[in-house]
Amino acid sequence: MIQAHGLIKLYGMHAALRGVSFEVPAGQILTVLGHNGSGKTTLVRLLATLARPTAGRGQIAGHDLVAGRDQVRRVVALVGHSTHLYDDLTARENLTFAEVLAGHRPDPKRIEAALGRVGLDDGQAGARVRALSSGLRRRVALARAILREPRVLLLDEAFSGLDHDSTKRLEDYLHAFKAGGGAAIVVTHSLGRALAIADRVAILAGGRIAAETARASLTEEALQRLYLAATEASA
Amino acid sequence: MSAFVRAAWAVFWKDLLVERRAKEGANALAFFAILLLFLFYFALGPDSDRIRAALPGLLWLAFILAGVLGLGRAFALERENDCVDGLILAPADKAAIYLGKLAGTTALMVAMEVVFVVATGIFYNLDIWAAVPRLLLVAVAGTIGFAAVGTLFAAMTAHLRAREVLLPVLLLPLAVPVLLAAVKLSELALAGEGWGAAWPWWQLLLGFDVVFVVAGLLTFEFVLEA
Repeated sequence: MIQAHGLIKLYGMHAALRGVSFEVPAGQILTVLGHNGSGKTTLVRLLATLARPTAGRGQIAGHDLVAGRDQVRRVVALVGHSTHLYDDLTARENLTFAEVLAGHRPDPKRIEAALGRVGLDDGQAGARVRALSSGLRRRVALARAILREPRVLLLDEAFSGLDHDSTKRLEDYLHAFKAGGGAAIVVTHSLGRALAIADRVAILAGGRIAAETARASLTEEALQRLYLAATEASA
Repeated sequence: MSAFVRAAWAVFWKDLLVERRAKEGANALAFFAILLLFLFYFALGPDSDRIRAALPGLLWLAFILAGVLGLGRAFALERENDCVDGLILAPADKAAIYLGKLAGTTALMVAMEVVFVVATGIFYNLDIWAAVPRLLLVAVAGTIGFAAVGTLFAAMTAHLRAREVLLPVLLLPLAVPVLLAAVKLSELALAGEGWGAAWPWWQLLLGFDVVFVVAGLLTFEFVLEA
């Protein structure tokens, strides 16, 4: 479902990615770990079609990231560092707006269902985003992604700022999502979180995948050793 | 309603709703308009003939300066929380997004222009009321041309550090034909001249409106994705 072949991204003279290749089949989640500046967010931006690769190519659901970016955007949902929410609209209005821009007629029932799925009550859904805490804003961003019913989900630090209940809800959603045949890439700094949701774990270091392994063979201690070895080797 | 029209309407509705709630742009424009009225009064003195002769230029000077503020504000809104990335990622036709932004900017500018014309008439005690319907037509047509090219440049400069400087530098030279025609048509409207004398200027104004709007519709996607 998600394929990357030698993705390179240069910003001027700085190489953010130096030839990243991997594959995530349908029904699987790849978690990506790495230090700050290792290229995780750049990778997500390339896969979301927010940036173009300098070299290499990638495909999502059979569509090329560059030539087929309009088709890619129809099947991908991104929850990144920024929420992409309008502070002066309510949570419900933000979702309605996103629904129309996705080419659908806004369906209040679907919108309420998405808001309910992330645990937002009626008062929170009707409040302006400006008045919500950062954790609640992140939940609204997740609700917008869920509303899209994507085939591919890209989560960049989507767990940060979430309380225990929201984290559990997101994990449950991810399990249901992959059971339904979706594929996801989850960028996180938490090794425990990586193990809780992943089918495969990749460690990015210096713009390259320094290690990639199946989750089944890993304990948290083993992952910690692998992470240290991978990041130190590239330093 | 087609998906294109729905998307354009949604962007228009969103921009107006945010503006109504935030009131940042409207307050800044209102304050700016009042300040200009005072400044013009001190510069020209109480001679109503002198004010009337300078009025077409003064009106459009006010509209342009307020318009540049409004255009900057329209895309400042999209920079918050990286909402512009949300627009890029939306599968909607980018031309529909452009049309919605253009309509929102035009509506806000025209609202400010109406208030400014009325305030000018009252503040300077000028009998311009018979010319107001024609002035409004000129204001709408001139604003569409100005906002059409302005929306494009505002999107182009939204990510740049020097955007406040670059936007007027890029926009104003290109908007000269629209502004020339708009000032001339305003002058003719205030002088009570017939439509025959105004027709060549209308052709110029409407021609540039069409060119700028079509150019915006065709190129906005590339500007947004750049």
